[in-house]
Formats: sequence, structure tokens, C-alpha cells
Amino acid sequence: MSLIRLTDFPALDLRNGRVDMAHGAGGRAMAHLIAALFARYLGNDYLGQGDDGAVLPSAGQGQWVMATDAHVVSPLFFPGGDIGCLAVHGTINDVAVMGARPLYLAAAFILEEGFPLADLARIVQSMADAAHAAGVPVVTGDTKVVERGKGDGVFIATTGVGVVPPGRSLSGRYAQAGDAILVSGSLGDHGMTILAAREGLGFETPIVSDTAALHGLIECMLNSGAAIRTLRDPTRGGLAATLNEIARQSGVGMLLDERALPVKPAVRAACEFLGLDPINVANEGKLVAICAQNDAKTLLGVMRAHPLGGEAALIGEVTADPRHTVQMTTALGGRRMVDWLSGDPLPRIC
Amino acid sequence: MKYIDEFRDGVLAQQMAASIRAEADPARTYRFMEFCGGHTHAISRYGLSDLLPDNVRMIHGPGCPVCVLPIGRVDQAIRLALDHGVTLCAYGDCLRVPASHGLSLLKAKAQGGDIRMVYSCMDAVTLAQQHPEKQVVFFAIGFETTAPPTAVAIQRAAALGLDNFSVICCHVLTLPAIAGILDAPAVPLDGLVGPAHVSIVIGSQPYEAVAERYGKPIAIAGFEPLDVLQAIRMLIRQVNAGRAVVENEYTRAVEPAGNRKAQAAMAAVFTRRETFEWRGLGTLPDSALRIRSTFAAFDAEMRFDAPYSPVPDHKACECGAILRGAKAPQACKLFATVCTPENPLGSCMVSSEGACAAHYTYGRR
Repeated sequence: MSLIRLTDFPALDLRNGRVDMAHGAGGRAMAHLIAALFARYLGNDYLGQGDDGAVLPSAGQGQWVMATDAHVVSPLFFPGGDIGCLAVHGTINDVAVMGARPLYLAAAFILEEGFPLADLARIVQSMADAAHAAGVPVVTGDTKVVERGKGDGVFIATTGVGVVPPGRSLSGRYAQAGDAILVSGSLGDHGMTILAAREGLGFETPIVSDTAALHGLIECMLNSGAAIRTLRDPTRGGLAATLNEIARQSGVGMLLDERALPVKPAVRAACEFLGLDPINVANEGKLVAICAQNDAKTLLGVMRAHPLGGEAALIGEVTADPRHTVQMTTALGGRRMVDWLSGDPLPRIC
Repeated sequence: MKYIDEFRDGVLAQQMAASIRAEADPARTYRFMEFCGGHTHAISRYGLSDLLPDNVRMIHGPGCPVCVLPIGRVDQAIRLALDHGVTLCAYGDCLRVPASHGLSLLKAKAQGGDIRMVYSCMDAVTLAQQHPEKQVVFFAIGFETTAPPTAVAIQRAAALGLDNFSVICCHVLTLPAIAGILDAPAVPLDGLVGPAHVSIVIGSQPYEAVAERYGKPIAIAGFEPLDVLQAIRMLIRQVNAGRAVVENEYTRAVEPAGNRKAQAAMAAVFTRRETFEWRGLGTLPDSALRIRSTFAAFDAEMRFDAPYSPVPDHKACECGAILRGAKAPQACKLFATVCTPENPLGSCMVSSEGACAAHYTYGRR
């Protein structure tokens, strides 16, 4: 983005205006959009440099972590958030679960011709608020416009960088038989919110997305001294997919206790209604932690003391299993596999 | 969750399991078929087999609506979407059913077909109302559970005077399928766990003639794990006492005469097909529904030139034998090798109610 003074151009019609092809054409209209929206809301010293890229100060000791995430969500606005804050939270979380302190974000917007500028302003504002609250500025960005019908309103790709302090090392490869498995809170909130909003399913108790930046919680956990092997945010595919990934990476099995899984009553009821399982449903503000069994209680206490970990729970343990399966002791005392799904969870008719 | 958690209580389940172990005669084997895919799902999902003694065996039945749908029916729906350009609406679990030429509804959608997942057939009616320029076709599958809503949707479309809504009617009937299994049992059966949701519609009375004719006890059960365990204990008690009658475990939902309004809607809109090809069970007489001539305008098979033509299953696919209870999923050479939920060759691997998918997802240990 280049540095544009807002006073150079007349104000955009943010109430009734719409994105048109000129907003992505590299001319005055694009400069105007950047100045009136992106620079205005997201502005900071780095973005204000106005060059093709942001020049950042040295981060001192530690290792770089970089993560990128493309955000496509329908509807763009949903209970508990929107694509703007989601694009900030999602990438911060991907950086933070590597043990890094997230420092900077880059954002690329793909806008569809005809998209209302008022909605775009809401999204950018929400993004700015989320970035500000997280203390992670958007330091560079890009905007493209595609013809009507070739996009879905707005797509946002964000890239984040952070630094892992010396001595920290987390990976999905480090889980060991005997380790404890914890989650930071209730499962399936985001996915069911989106599904309910998308399909116009009206539930009496509103379900709200859990979208949140987890780096604060993660910093507390890592400072607790607990021997944490792995952190991961169970987004698409839910807890089941995340644990299967870790089991495969580490060459271990896992055994969960169904009764210990935290699920909000409204989410359980909605899942029940649609024949879905909350462990397959996406989260956007939860993490899975694998730590040494001896440290599990300490870590659980630290998580529960944090506002984003109040419903944290110890849900199972890592096992030695040459087939690397994830299994679950059911609420009835039987055993079953917890597999990942082949695609989206589909509702059952019967 | 009220009215659900009570039926998933672990302590009660352990007590029920202990009672089943105590009452099952160790000198004999009990082979019970759970007709419904919903029961198959519950048995796998809650690990109920682990709670049963070795001499009580559950055999999966054909009551998974997606699994008994022959390939040719999915082909019909795909042709309507791809060749006739209709907007095809289907329930979610139809979308991955493998069809001819490596297609499925999901893959046909990727090829440009306007194929949409709906939660209710009324969504398809609404779509037709909102888009008078589109021909909207609902792919109606399922037993008596989903047939009444389809009937109501057709009545609604008629009342609205919609000329752009029609239905491919593939609804099937439970009792002819049970008779089909019991007429030529692939394995000796000692009793049946009777359908849950189907029985809410048709009631418990229609099963009485079946229990009497074949001398098999039937226990109608809900889809919760305690329902299934209790029904199994009811069947064991009947077998031990030498009785063969219909008992209703699911009294909180199933009445002897069923839901008369739903039955009336079905009777008004549908009539029986003389024969219908089922996957796995072959062609069964009087076993499926078609749309009555008074509602012929809403029959997609009449409106479009898309005749049904049967398609043989994959040569090595054992879905047929599995649906008849003759084989367990693991006995199929394709199971978990080339046939997986990612790439299902047979329909039993598609829906989570299908015996193969339930075993694949929950049971491989």
C-alpha cells in the first residue's frame, strides 16, 4: 500500500457506494479506497511507510515463525464476529501455537465487484479492532477486485510472523505415550454458528462463534513451566482432525474420555438435531495442548485462570499405538474410533 | 440435554449390560438384526458391542435409506441436473453416493450441475417459489420417516400452483424389506430390533403380522444407546420364554396406530409401485412409493425424459450381502482397502448409518 493523504481525495461514499473494478485497477480510485478505508482504520507507522513492503526492526534473539491463512466464510457477518476479526485471529493463532509471540500481520483482500463499501468498512474496522486488541499490527497489504460473480463478496488472506524465544520448541511431532491431552474450552461453537447462520436454522438459544486470539492464553501456559509438547488450534475438521494429525505426526495413539469433552448445551443440541458430532466441528478460539502427565493439573489451572480458558478440560491421554489411532471411551463405557471425516460433516436424514 | 442425556446414562448402561449378561443363556447364541441404520450408528458410536456378551450378536439390517438406493436412481438425479439443467435438491447424505462413470451428486456439482443440499424438502419448494425461471427437482429418498414431509411438500406446491417443482420419488417401505429379509434369511435370526422413527409414523401394529408369520420377536427401539440395550434385553427375554411378539421399548414416541396425519398425507399423495429395485435386496413387490396420478404434474419422472435403468454394482462390492446381513463389512475385500469414506465404491460406505461407514469410522480397532 502506498501512503496517501486522506485530504487528497473527496470522501468515499461509505454509506451507499459499492466496490467497482476501478478500486482494484491501481489508479486514483484504488488509492482512494486504500486511504479512506485501509489506512484510516488499520493505520500504523509501518503501513504509513507507504512502500511496496514494510521494513521491520530486528526481532533480536529467537526463531522466526511464519504462517498464512486464507479466509473464506459465508456469511461474512455472523454472531460473535465477521471475516475481518476472523482473519486476524486465525493467523495470530497459527503463529502462537508454534510457541511464537506474534509480531506483524500482512493482509490481502480480494473484493468482488458490487460489494457494498459499508460492509467492507465494517469488516476493515473489525479487523483493525482485533489487531489493536491483540497488539499485532497489519503492516502491509494488497487489494484486488474481481468481476461480479467471480468472488463471494470478500476473501481475506493474512500472513503473520512471530518470534519463538530461545529455549522454546513446540511441534505436533513431540507427543509421547503417557502425555495428557487438554482443550481450552467448549467445542464446535464456531462451526455450528456458521452452519446455523448459513442455513437459516433458528435455534432458541443463540450460538455464538468463539473467534478469539489465543496468544495471551498461550503465553500464560508457556510461562507456567509445564512441559508442553504440542499446541494446535482445532479449526476445520474440529478436534477429531487435529488429534489425528498429531497422532500421525508423533507416531502415537490417543484415548479420549467422551464424558470430559466440554460442549455447550446449545451446540450439543444443534449437533444432535443435525446428526453431527461436535468433535468434527470447527473452532476459531480454542486450542489443544499436549503436555507431560505430571504437569497436566498445573497447566489446567493456568488455563482456567485465563478468560479464554475458563472451560478448559483434561480430555484424555496419549497412548502407544503402532496404528496411530485416536479412540474414545464413550459415555457408556464402550470404545470407539475417532476418525477424521472425508469432507464436510453432512447431516443425516434419519 | 433433557430427554436425551437420560438415555445415554453410563451407569444405567452398565447396569443394563450386566442384566443382559445375566439373562443371556450361555448355552445358546442370540442373533438379532437391527433393521435401522440409526441403530447401527448408535451401536458403533457408543461402542455397545463392547457391552454385550459374546453370544449376543448384532447383525446390521438394510434400514439405511442411502444404502438401499440403487446406483441407477442416483444416475437419474445426476442426469436431470447435468442434461436437463434442473436445480436438483437433495439431503446431505445423498451427495457422496457413488453413481455410474465415477460420478456422485457432489462430483456432478463440480462439473457444473446446480445441485444443492437441503435440510428439508420444504426448502426445495421455497427455492422453486423464489426462482420461477428454474425447474427445481427434489430427490426424495428414505423410508416412512421422510415420505410424509415429501407428501406435504407436494401438497404445498400444488396449493401454490407451482409449475416448476417436481420430485423424483424413491421412497421405500419398511415392512416389505423386513419380509424380504425374513423370506430368505442369509443368516438365521432370533429377533429384530424394530425401527424408531419409521414406527412413529406407521405405529407398532403393522409389525404384529410379521412377528406372527415368521415367529420372530420384534422390539421397537429408540435411537439412543439405552433404548437399544433395553430392546436387546426385551428380545433375549422373549427368546428365553419362547415368545415371538411385538414389544415397544420406544413408548415415549411410538403409538400402536402411529401418526395418522402423516399416514393420511402419504396416502393422499403416494401409491405403491408394483415393484422397486433395492440395492442389496433385489426387486421387491409393493415395496416403494410413487406419486399418484392426481399429482402427476409433480412427478419428475413424468415431467422429464429421464427413465430409470438398473446398473450392476461393482463386481467385488459386497454391499448387497452386507445389507441382507449375510456378511459383516470386514468380510468385504474392498473394505478399508479401496473402499473408504473418501472414495466409497459401495453405498454402505457413504452414510454414517451405513454398516461399512459405521465400522470404518468407529469400529476398526
